[in-house]
Amino acid sequence: MQFMLLFSRQGKLRLQKWYVPLSDKEKKKITRELVQTVLARKPKMCSFLEWRDLKIVYKRYASLYFCCAIEDQDNELITLEIIHRYVELLDKYFGSVCELDIIFNFEKAYFILDEFLLGGEVQETSKKNVLKAIEQADLLQEKTENMYHSKSFMGCKKAY
Amino acid sequence: MPAVSKGDGMRGLAVFISDIRNCKSKEAEIKRINKELANIRSKFKGDKALDGYSKKKYVCKLLFIFLLGHDIDFGHMEAVNLLSSNKYTEKQIGYLFISVLVNSNSELIRLINNAIKNDLASRNPTFMCLALHCIANVGSREMGEAFAADIPRILVAGDSMDSVKQSAALCLLRLYKASPDLVPMGEWTARVVHLLNDQHMGVVTAAVSLITCLCKKNPDDFKTCISLAVSRLSRIVSSASTDLQDYTYYFVPAPWLSVKLLRLLQCYPPPEDAAVKGRLVECLETVLNKAQEPPKSKKVQHSNAKNAILFETISLIIHYDSEPNLLVRACNQLGQFLQHRETNLRYLALESMCTLASSEFSHEAVKTHIDTVINALKTERDVSVRQRAADLLYAMCDRSNAKQIVSEMLRYLETADYAIREEIVLKVAILAEKYAVDYSWYVDTILNLIRIAGDYVSEEVWYRVLQIVTNRDDVQGYAAKTVFEALQAPACHENMVKVGGYILGEFGNLIAGDPRSSPPVQFSLLHSKFHLCSVATRALLLSTYIKFINLFPETKATIQGVLRAGSQLRNADVELQQRAVEYLTLSSVASTDVLATVLEEMPPFPERESSILAKLKRKKGPGAGSALDDSRRDPSSNDINGGVEPTPSTVSTPSPSADLLGLRAAPPPAAPPATSGAGNLLVDVFSDGPAAQPSLGPTPEEAFLSELEPPAPESPMALLADPAPAADPGPEDIGPPIPEADELLNKFVCKNNGVLFENQLLQIGVKSEFRQNLGRMYLFYGNKTSVQFQNFSPTVVHPGDLQTQLAVQTKRVAAQVDGGAQVQQVLNIECLRDFLTPPLLSVRFRYGGAPQSLTLKLPVTINKFFQPTEMAAQDFFQRWKQLSLPQQEAQKIFKANHPMDAEVTKAKLLGFGSALLDNVDPNPENFVGAGIIQTKALQVGCLLRLEPNAQAQMYRLTLRTSKEPVSRHLCELLAQQF
Repeated sequence: MQFMLLFSRQGKLRLQKWYVPLSDKEKKKITRELVQTVLARKPKMCSFLEWRDLKIVYKRYASLYFCCAIEDQDNELITLEIIHRYVELLDKYFGSVCELDIIFNFEKAYFILDEFLLGGEVQETSKKNVLKAIEQADLLQEKTENMYHSKSFMGCKKAY
Repeated sequence: MPAVSKGDGMRGLAVFISDIRNCKSKEAEIKRINKELANIRSKFKGDKALDGYSKKKYVCKLLFIFLLGHDIDFGHMEAVNLLSSNKYTEKQIGYLFISVLVNSNSELIRLINNAIKNDLASRNPTFMCLALHCIANVGSREMGEAFAADIPRILVAGDSMDSVKQSAALCLLRLYKASPDLVPMGEWTARVVHLLNDQHMGVVTAAVSLITCLCKKNPDDFKTCISLAVSRLSRIVSSASTDLQDYTYYFVPAPWLSVKLLRLLQCYPPPEDAAVKGRLVECLETVLNKAQEPPKSKKVQHSNAKNAILFETISLIIHYDSEPNLLVRACNQLGQFLQHRETNLRYLALESMCTLASSEFSHEAVKTHIDTVINALKTERDVSVRQRAADLLYAMCDRSNAKQIVSEMLRYLETADYAIREEIVLKVAILAEKYAVDYSWYVDTILNLIRIAGDYVSEEVWYRVLQIVTNRDDVQGYAAKTVFEALQAPACHENMVKVGGYILGEFGNLIAGDPRSSPPVQFSLLHSKFHLCSVATRALLLSTYIKFINLFPETKATIQGVLRAGSQLRNADVELQQRAVEYLTLSSVASTDVLATVLEEMPPFPERESSILAKLKRKKGPGAGSALDDSRRDPSSNDINGGVEPTPSTVSTPSPSADLLGLRAAPPPAAPPATSGAGNLLVDVFSDGPAAQPSLGPTPEEAFLSELEPPAPESPMALLADPAPAADPGPEDIGPPIPEADELLNKFVCKNNGVLFENQLLQIGVKSEFRQNLGRMYLFYGNKTSVQFQNFSPTVVHPGDLQTQLAVQTKRVAAQVDGGAQVQQVLNIECLRDFLTPPLLSVRFRYGGAPQSLTLKLPVTINKFFQPTEMAAQDFFQRWKQLSLPQQEAQKIFKANHPMDAEVTKAKLLGFGSALLDNVDPNPENFVGAGIIQTKALQVGCLLRLEPNAQAQMYRLTLRTSKEPVSRHLCELLAQQF
C-alpha cells in the first residue's frame, strides 16, 4: 500500500498515512485530486478505480471515506477488508466510533494504525493482539500520567 | 466534545480542537492557529522549563496544526526531547511527531537516531516497537545507514518478542525498499525464511511481506521458501473456519496471510518438486471448490475475504499458465462473477479475465463470455466497469470475433465517456487493422471512426489508413469510392477531408469513369470543403489539386484558376502561398511527361512500426518530430527542390580530392525538379508523423501486420488504460543507463563484435557492420538461466535530438526466451547527421515473475560511419592547413592507460575507421590518419594525428574536421582507447 487517507464527506482530511516518500506539495496535490475524484462518485459505483498507475480502493463508513492506494499487483478485495478491519479496531477501541473520535483523538487513530499496518503492509490482523498492544500502552500511560493530571488541567485553564 | 477520551485526556488539546471546529471562516481559523502558534512558541522559549506533559501537549497541538495543512517550522527539538522521556506516552507523541514531520536537519537526525538506538537497546518490547515503527514510518536513507545492520539481528534473535519481530520484519522491508544497498544479506536470510514456520500467525503475516520483497531481487537465495509457503498455505486452506481463532475473519481462516502467501508464490515458476507441486495444486483446487460452497455468512466481509483469496489464487494459476484444467475452471468462476450483483466482483472479474484471455489454454473459454461482456459495455452504470469491459473485449479479440467486437466498440463510441474515447478509437483502429481479412472492412471501420468520433481520431490513425491504402492496391478503388461517398455528407469532419483529399489525389482516377464521380465532380466536392478547413488541411488539398492536374488534365484550367486566385497566391500563410506559387508554376512550366513523373503515385510506404502503436508509446515522452521533418527545416541539408540532396553517386564514390573536407560541391542541379524533391512536397503534409520517415530499404509485405502483433500481455493494457502521461514512470519509460554503460561503450569504439553485456541472467552479444552512412547490427540475447524469460522486449530509444540524427530500425523479437536459448535481433541503422550521443538499448523482461530492466548504450558512435581516405603527404598538409580555424581543431594530451605498442595503436586507429597514412608525418613514431564521416545530410572530412611520447608515457591527439562538435567528440572517443 502506498498511502491511506481518511476524509469526510465535506472533503476534510482526517487522517493521512504515507508509506512512500513524497514531498508535502505532492501529498497535498494527491489528496486534493483524490478527494475530489472519490467524492464525485455515486454510491452504487464500484469501490475500485484506476488512478495514475495505482489502484484506489475506497469505502464510505457513515460520514467518513477511507481511501487506500495500492499497487498494480495488490489485491483489491483484501484491501477493502484492511479498511474494514481498521474501522473495527477503531470501533472497538473508542466504542462505536464516530468521526469526532478520530478528530479529537487523532493521535490514537495513528497509533492503532501503526499497530495494524506498518510500512504499508499488514502487520497484525488479530483484533485482540492489536488492541492488547494499544491498551497496554494506555495502562502504562495512565499509571505515569495520574500525577500530572490535575496540574495539566490548571495549565490549560491558564492558556485560554 | 467527544464522548470518549481514553488514556490521557489532554484537555488543552481538546479545547483547541473544539475552538478550531467552531471557527466560522477560514480567516478565523488561521487567526486562532496563529494565536496558538504564538502561545506555543513563547512557552517553548520561556525561561521556565516545561514539564513533560506540557511539552507533549504542545507538540501534539503542533502536529494537529500541521495535519490541518499548515506549515510548522519549530517544535522539532521539543519533540526530540520527548523521545528520551521515560514516560511511554510522551515518547509516543514524540515519535508520532517525528514520523509525520521528518526533518532532514542533520543535527536532529543524529539526536533522533540516538534516541532510537537507546530504545532498540532497551529490551523493553513496547519501546522497541515504538522505535521500529518510527524507522518504518520515516524510512529515510539516514535511518537505513544507522539501523539496517541491527534490525536483521533483532528480527531473528531467539529472545525477541513476537510483536518486536513483526515490527522488525516490516521495518526492514521498508528500509530495503528505500535503499536495498544498505541491507546486508547474510546468515540471517536463511533464518528469515524459516519464520514462515513460526507458531505466531502475526509473525508469519509480517514476515511473508518481507520475504516476498527480498526474493524478487534474489530469487535463488530464497528458493526454500516455496515449499514452506505451500505447506503453510495448505494448512490454512484446509483448516476449519474456527481453527485459527482470532486469525479467522468472518469465517474465513487467515485471509490476509493466505493472500500474501499466494503472492509470494507468484515470484517463482511452478514448484519443481512433484510432491510440493501436488500439494499446491490441491490447495488451488480447494479454493476453487470452496467458491462453489454456500456462504457461511451473509456479510459482505465474508464474501470479500473469501473472494480475495480466490482472485489471488486465480492470479497464481494465470501466472503459472501451465494447468489447462485450472485455467478453464478459473475462467468459469470468473464467468459467474461477470453477472454477480456486486459491482466490485464484476469489475474484478472483467479485469482478471483480461489476463486469462492471453493464455492459450483459456483464450477460448474467455471468448464464450463475449455476449455478457458486450452487455456490460452497454449497460454498466459505472464508467470504470465499462472501461474494464472494453479492455476485455480488446484482449479477447481474434480473427473469429473481430467484426462483432469492432462493431460493438464503434457503437459504444457514440455514447462513450469523453475521457476514454481516444483510447477506444485507438483500440478499434488497431483491431481493425490486425484482423482485417478484406481491407474494405478496414477502410470502412476507420472512416466510421472518423465519422463517429472525428475529434478523437489522432493523426496517427488517419496516417495509418493512408499508408495501408497506398500499400495495398486491392483496396484503392474501394477506398476512393468510399471516401467520395463519405465526403458527400453535408457536415463532415476535417479528418475526413484530409483522408478524402489524400486518397482522391492518389486514386481518384480509379472512380473517375463513373459520371457521378467524374473528375470535375471530385474536384468541386473537395473544393466545397476547402474554405472551412484549417491551414494544414488546405495545404494538403492544394497538393491534391496539383495531383489532379496530372491525373485529370481536363481539370487543369479550373485548378490553375484556383491556384492563381489572390486568396491563394497572396495568402497570409507562407506555406499555402508557397504551395500555390510552386504548384501554379509547375503546372504551367512542366511538360506532361515531367508532370507525370513528378506527380506519380506515391510509392509504398516502408513499414517500420504501426504509427498507432508508436503513438501510444510516444505519448509517454516528448520529441515527436521525425527525422525527415528536421532535415527539411535545416536549410543546408536539402530543400524542397532537392538541390543539395546527396545523390547516391557522391555517397558511394567519395573521391579523396573532392569531398574530404565536407565542403561538398552540390550535385548537378536538377533542371526539372527531381522526383524525390517533388515527392517531398507531398510527403511534407505528413512530416509530423512517422509515416514519412525514411527507412532502409523495403520490408516484405508480411512484416506489415507483424508489427501489430498483440502487444505483450501486460504492458499494452497499462498503456491503453492510462493514456495520460503519468507522473510516475510508466512502462515505456526507460531507466538511466547502467553505470558501466559508458565503459562498455568504449570497448566498442574500435571494434564491431564482442560481448556487450553480461550478468547472471543475460548475455548480450553484438556483431555489426557499417558501410557509408548505413549499418547493420545483430544483437544476440542469451538467456543464461534455465527459466524462460517472459515479455522479453528490447527496444532502442533515441534520447534528445538523436532521432533526427540517427534512424534505427529494429525488428521485434519473440516475447519469450527459453532457458539456455539465444535470440537474435537485427537493427538497421542509418546515420542522418552527425551525432554525439549513442542510442540507448532498453531491455525488459520478466524472470520468474519479477520484472527486470536494463538500459545500455548501443555501440553506435559517429566514427562507425568513417570512410578511410588515402592521400599523399602534400594533400594532407594542404587540407590540414585549410582546417586551421581554432574551432575546427580539438586536441588532447593524455596519459597512456595501456602499454604503448605501435602495432596495437595501428590496429586501434584502423578499427576506429580512418585510413593510416604512411610517410606523411616527418616523425615516424607519429600516426596520421584521414577519413570522411558519412551521414545522409552531409559528409565531414576528418584528419587526425597521434603523437606518442614513450618517455613520458603520454600521447597528444589532434583532430581537425570541418565541424567543431565532431572534432571534439572524435577526440574524446579516441583518447579513451590508448
